[in-house]
Amino acid sequence: MSARNRELMALVPVALLLTAGFAAVFAQENAQLDNLSLTYGAYFFAVCLATHFYLRVRLPNADPYLFPLVALLMAFGLVMVYRIDASLARDQANWFVLGLVLFAATIHFLRDYDVLERYRYTIAVVGLLLLMAPRLPGIGQQVNGAYLGVKIGPLAFQPAEFSKICLVVFLASYLREHREVLIVGARRVLGVTLPPLKHFGPMLVVWGASMFMLVFIRDLGSSLMFFAAFLALLYVATGRFSFVVIGMAMFLVGAWFFAATVPHVHDRVEVWLNPYPHARGSGYQVLQSIFAQADGGLFGRGFGQSLITIPGTDNALLPAAQTDTIYSLIVNELGLFGACAVILTYLLIAARGFKIALLADDGFSKLLATGLTAVFAIQAFVIVGGVTRVIPLTGVTLPFISYGGSSIVANFVLLALLLLVSDRARREGAA
Amino acid sequence: MNRQIVKLFGLVVVLFAVLIGFTSYWSVFDAQALREKNANKRPLLEQQQIQRGRILAADGTVIAHSVAKGHGSGKRYVRRYPQGRLYGHPIGYSFVQYGNSEFERFHNDELVGNESEFSSILDQLRGRNQQGNDIVTNLDPAAQATALADLEEAGFGAVVAIEPQSGRVKVMASNPPYDPNRVPYEFSKLSTNEIERPLFDRATQGQYPPGSTFKVVTAAAGLESGTITPETPIDAPGSLEVEGTPLENDFGESFPGATLDTALTNSVNTWFGQLGQQLGEDTLFEYMEKFGFNSTPAIDLPSGEVYKSGVFDGEELLNANDPVDLARVAIGQERLAVTPLQMALVTAAVANKGKEMKPQIWSRVVDPDGRVTKRLEPSQYSQPISAKTAEELTTAMEGVVTEGTGTNAAIPGVPVAGKTGTAETPGNEACGGGEEENQAWFIGFAPADDPKIAIAATVECTEEFGNDVAAPIFRDVAETILNGE
Repeated sequence: MSARNRELMALVPVALLLTAGFAAVFAQENAQLDNLSLTYGAYFFAVCLATHFYLRVRLPNADPYLFPLVALLMAFGLVMVYRIDASLARDQANWFVLGLVLFAATIHFLRDYDVLERYRYTIAVVGLLLLMAPRLPGIGQQVNGAYLGVKIGPLAFQPAEFSKICLVVFLASYLREHREVLIVGARRVLGVTLPPLKHFGPMLVVWGASMFMLVFIRDLGSSLMFFAAFLALLYVATGRFSFVVIGMAMFLVGAWFFAATVPHVHDRVEVWLNPYPHARGSGYQVLQSIFAQADGGLFGRGFGQSLITIPGTDNALLPAAQTDTIYSLIVNELGLFGACAVILTYLLIAARGFKIALLADDGFSKLLATGLTAVFAIQAFVIVGGVTRVIPLTGVTLPFISYGGSSIVANFVLLALLLLVSDRARREGAA
Repeated sequence: MNRQIVKLFGLVVVLFAVLIGFTSYWSVFDAQALREKNANKRPLLEQQQIQRGRILAADGTVIAHSVAKGHGSGKRYVRRYPQGRLYGHPIGYSFVQYGNSEFERFHNDELVGNESEFSSILDQLRGRNQQGNDIVTNLDPAAQATALADLEEAGFGAVVAIEPQSGRVKVMASNPPYDPNRVPYEFSKLSTNEIERPLFDRATQGQYPPGSTFKVVTAAAGLESGTITPETPIDAPGSLEVEGTPLENDFGESFPGATLDTALTNSVNTWFGQLGQQLGEDTLFEYMEKFGFNSTPAIDLPSGEVYKSGVFDGEELLNANDPVDLARVAIGQERLAVTPLQMALVTAAVANKGKEMKPQIWSRVVDPDGRVTKRLEPSQYSQPISAKTAEELTTAMEGVVTEGTGTNAAIPGVPVAGKTGTAETPGNEACGGGEEENQAWFIGFAPADDPKIAIAATVECTEEFGNDVAAPIFRDVAETILNGE
């Protein structure tokens, strides 16, 4: 079966799952089946089909599983967000369509994505400006103590979501060019392999940017995500594990220093290590997230059964259920099994992404696919790890599931880039 | 670069495996512990969606029920206590913000209808809403009201009344009381009031010096172990030097060649002090433990809310190997601290021919369709003494009421067996540090020849004696119960 036919076959069960999910939520809320769920299922399937045919024409050789897997996450997200608030789900569906439009546009305009290499410094600067934007007076917004949002007129978005793609593109290009010197020029000092200082400058810039984020954006999550993606790329490009160790040490030292000096970061770490004394304050979210999971058990309580607000009030029992803690809601309603399905979906996407990197011929494509996949997987890890207390809880979205336009649109652009690399790699492989 | 990419994927697999590991831990392995965390209101809020069962007195009086508030997704049930403060103890309260306490907490599963995980899944599949069961208690409303009213007149303290043959708890009153309906509005006031401590159930948690009521335990040990018979004479001087301090009788009175009846009737300290020394620490502690000292009473209240009785060194319970002043333990002094519940159990055991029954507040569980799904089957906790010893003790305890220190407990036309106690607690900080502070007690049962009720009543921080403040409470409560029979 051709790649595109496999993709088509995979989309059918996803659409059916979404229909079943909506049916379950309707049944719970109105105690009756509503054929609206069929309508929603049909809309969803139509949008997926349109995308599928676009890919059939534009990228016939691209990986056939990535889009259905992402559609599965979208379906999950739409049902969960609908279950929280129907009007949010309408927004989410609009973001889904807008994301697909940008997805198509990316594929249309960046068919020859080598052009990205030419503008790498421009892209890097744009990425940094995007990161700094939330601190600019007039347009910046503070959310939960972190500066992540930008609001220009009616348009509000989270620039970090786009900035991560810029950073990966820049690093892939930079490391493709300098990887040889980084490997050859490395010296051993006291048994530790150090990179050559001259070429290490830009690396320090990335470290500096991560620390900058920690202090000025005050967001440990994005900072961790960016730096981990950087280390992953550095490791793949040079094959020097010692660089990763040095990088990690630098990050930890920096993070430790700022955790001790920046109150916001310090609180997050303190709450992570010991949430109970802060149960009514800063530890409320992470504790409620854990408590929601404790009530899920193996099979969960079922769609629509979870309490999100304290009944009779507007106070949240599970704060930010549609964004940060949506994973906890999934564990609560679908149980450990449902959560494993979500994690497995992310793992499969990562597997397909790294497969693309393996198949790609040229260094830039390899590093680009690796970086995009890594940053995507790490983003999922940072937020799921946050709500399960593996790491401190930060305000990163769960890609394609959490409510939020910037996240969905940016991740569709990321997906488009991955499919572009994939199409070229598999076309050349086939030829 | 391919080798590194594969390794990187390996790392992602490991990281995601960690996520699944943590999720499993929270959602399955540690779930029970998390559900029980104080900060976790989710189980309570979920239970609030369920109509919690009612709690009823023995005669069907509604003590607690749930009423619906709000509608749609905001619909929830809120607990109401129509009898107000009368049953604040031992029923407790159940509110989302403040959790469950006492009886409400112990019987939570039955009240919310958590029969078992399996049947509740079945109910969900059948689309049935979970509904709670009603619980009928053994509590006697008239006697509970009498006990609380008397206590409020006498002072802080507690009354426990138990049916000796079954262990059914008919009265459990603690003064000062609190109205559970007020808990959501004044919880911090109630819980931080260090002087009155209204949320503190003195019946099960008050640890008081038992004074002379403990002589019943000493006498039981003496008779049952064969150390004495009712005819054994012991010379009891007015004062006896023990461990360097004199042990004295009231008014320095001496009782040469006194037997048990005389000694108990007149509550002779030097007589029981010598008996304690004759028994030895091993034997005395053996019988104390048989009566339930040093263990948490097997009542249907949360174990954390029921305290032990025994000889304490600070927080630590002493056993037969620790050095104690045996003569003073034998008369209820030293570092003895007992709960009113424990003294009621001792009394009930004597009343029930030496058999101590497990005390139970609940009587039966009724499901939403009106079927009785569970019924209390009385069970024995221990048999510390034989029927013969019990009878001999009863005779001696009757003397206390007819001609001894406890005459105020007498009920016209009904033989009563009992024992007074007045433990001096000068400088007790809980009483404000006054010098004239006593812990007054009366324990007893009636009718002595066919016991229907065994009662322990105690009043703290009083200037009066057991016979003056505690014995009348016993009399009123016993009369109320006997009249209601």
